[in-house]
Amino acid sequence: MGFQTWSAEAAATIIAGHLGERGALLPLLHDLQSAFGHIPEAAIPQVALALNLSRAEVHGVVTFYHDFREAPHGRHVLKLCRAEACQAMGGERLAGLARDRLDLDWGGTTPDGAVTLEPIFCLGLCACGPAAMVDGELVGRLDPARLDGIIAGLRTP
Amino acid sequence: MTRIFVPCDASALAVGADAVAAALAKALPEATIIRNGSRGLTWLEPMVEIETPAGRVAYGPVAASDVPGLVDAGLIDGAAHPLCRGPTEEIPFLKRQTRLTFARCGIVDPLSLADYCAHGGYRGLERAVGIGPDETVEAVVHSGLRGRGGAGFPTGIKWRTVRQAEGQTKYIVCNADEGDSGTFADRMIMEGDPFVVIEGMTIAGIATGATQGYLYIRSEYPHAIATMKAAIAIARVAGYLGPDVAGSGFAFDIAVRIGAGAYVCGEETALLESIEGRRGTVRAKPPLPAHKGLFGCPTVINNIISLASVPVILDKGGDFYRDFGLGRSRGTMPIQLAGNLRHGGLFEVAFGITLGALVEEIGGGTISGRPVRAVQVGGPLGAYFPPSLFDTPFDYEAFAARDGLIGHGGIVVFDDTVDMAHQARFAMEFCAIESCGKCTPCRIGSTRGVEVIDRIRRNQDRDKNLALIDELCTTMKLGSLCALGGFTPYPVQSAIRHFGEDFGVAGQGRG
Repeated sequence: MGFQTWSAEAAATIIAGHLGERGALLPLLHDLQSAFGHIPEAAIPQVALALNLSRAEVHGVVTFYHDFREAPHGRHVLKLCRAEACQAMGGERLAGLARDRLDLDWGGTTPDGAVTLEPIFCLGLCACGPAAMVDGELVGRLDPARLDGIIAGLRTP
Repeated sequence: MTRIFVPCDASALAVGADAVAAALAKALPEATIIRNGSRGLTWLEPMVEIETPAGRVAYGPVAASDVPGLVDAGLIDGAAHPLCRGPTEEIPFLKRQTRLTFARCGIVDPLSLADYCAHGGYRGLERAVGIGPDETVEAVVHSGLRGRGGAGFPTGIKWRTVRQAEGQTKYIVCNADEGDSGTFADRMIMEGDPFVVIEGMTIAGIATGATQGYLYIRSEYPHAIATMKAAIAIARVAGYLGPDVAGSGFAFDIAVRIGAGAYVCGEETALLESIEGRRGTVRAKPPLPAHKGLFGCPTVINNIISLASVPVILDKGGDFYRDFGLGRSRGTMPIQLAGNLRHGGLFEVAFGITLGALVEEIGGGTISGRPVRAVQVGGPLGAYFPPSLFDTPFDYEAFAARDGLIGHGGIVVFDDTVDMAHQARFAMEFCAIESCGKCTPCRIGSTRGVEVIDRIRRNQDRDKNLALIDELCTTMKLGSLCALGGFTPYPVQSAIRHFGEDFGVAGQGRG
């Protein structure tokens, strides 16, 4: 997953695509994040100015929604479902296993920048859980052995 | 040319459907492979179907490595094989259902408008245009359809309010922010029959005088987002969306908006704030969204399953729909069987079936083989039911009478290894993570709730803390602005009431 390096010019082009749109802030933030991998601090005043909002309002929105990141994630992202239907199938055990193997807490990234571990609350795979999303690919009927294999694969440079 | 169906539903993709489709394409180059939605028999996914002169025959769960053996056994003719489940329509899980809203899901090619129309699609819109807006609203009122998102408010009454509201601009907002664990009906309908969502929203627009719709989909559903965007583009090209919908003279179009990982945005007013580009904080009501909703205009905000149920109501009439169900719960409900179950999946049925029948007969009991201990109905804000309450009929009022709720129709089954004090703590923890922060009972109460449950679990002043949690739950129930803070007490108090031994409460047997 390659992201662009931050540039105010590239951001301005993305912002221009949303001017005149009602309620443009969320679509705009999604686009900025898919370009840069996160919402860079420098983007906030630029977005605020373009949408005639205060910086506090933009900052407030960025920090309210779990999806918007203040720093880029690792080369790979492992999202494990922590919600009830997956818990009923042993999801908590898998969560513990992933945290142990990666030596990470939720939201953390391994020191080599290989893997970010994130919780997710429901992928809608509640009848084939426990579920995970690995770099955007869905995985159902997860078990400890498979999760071990996935983690080993992600750690391999 | 023989047609083979391999679902593209996320639940099938998560268990290897793409690899199965690729293996079939390689082994049977002469066959046409259709990527359909899911039939909802999730435990059989990836479920491959072959079209034979006698109807479709199902095989499942199929792994890519099973494909050579299946082909050798005569898969193309629907021949016998250990994975063969016989004619799809005869599989008991499917045969016992009444599919009205999900009638086409899993049968058609999701992005084929021709397929949609060949299976009854757009007949509801045709009828709505024929009878006009007022009669359309009354047909929905008459059907008895109630909001499938969980609140159960009569859909037709909402529509009538918006129809009668003053305003040049009105909006239709479709809530597809399906955040409840144990639910996946919204995802399935978007991935398996997207045009029914478009048709339902269009009918709502014509009925109420709205020309713009917003479809708000959670970001956790990338496949549903892609399918809906593609279907909207197809409908627009075909003239089913735009300035003159299907030559009716009515204008209607739909924009897709993507959530950003906030559970509370499933609450209708938080969702409106989110579309407007703000933090997803809940609005105090009144004003109702029907009077002052999106961008301050009269707005119909309905759950996606409510809107997807409208085309069949218009096509077959309000009477047809209301003849299913019981009491004040009319029509059918797509129930989602999830968690620790042998036969998990989507089961659409008329209201009135008992919880026990759903869990034991339809769901087949636990997949772990251990006894069922607790069943959470209605998502993270729903109550936990013990098997002693399995006689509860699936119906809005019957669940309310037993201090529960049906919510969006999700049922999550736990076996006897579950620690209910842990589940109660999780309910408070989830509320703390997801609270929008606007009202104090939810924002502060949820964090205090986690701490109090921790003290109960540690046996620190247990009786005092049990009384305190009860008082806190009452405050949250009565004092919160929306269902997140207001309903979090349901799982907590039901866990304590029915599974007291997990909280160290003496003298209570297992429910």
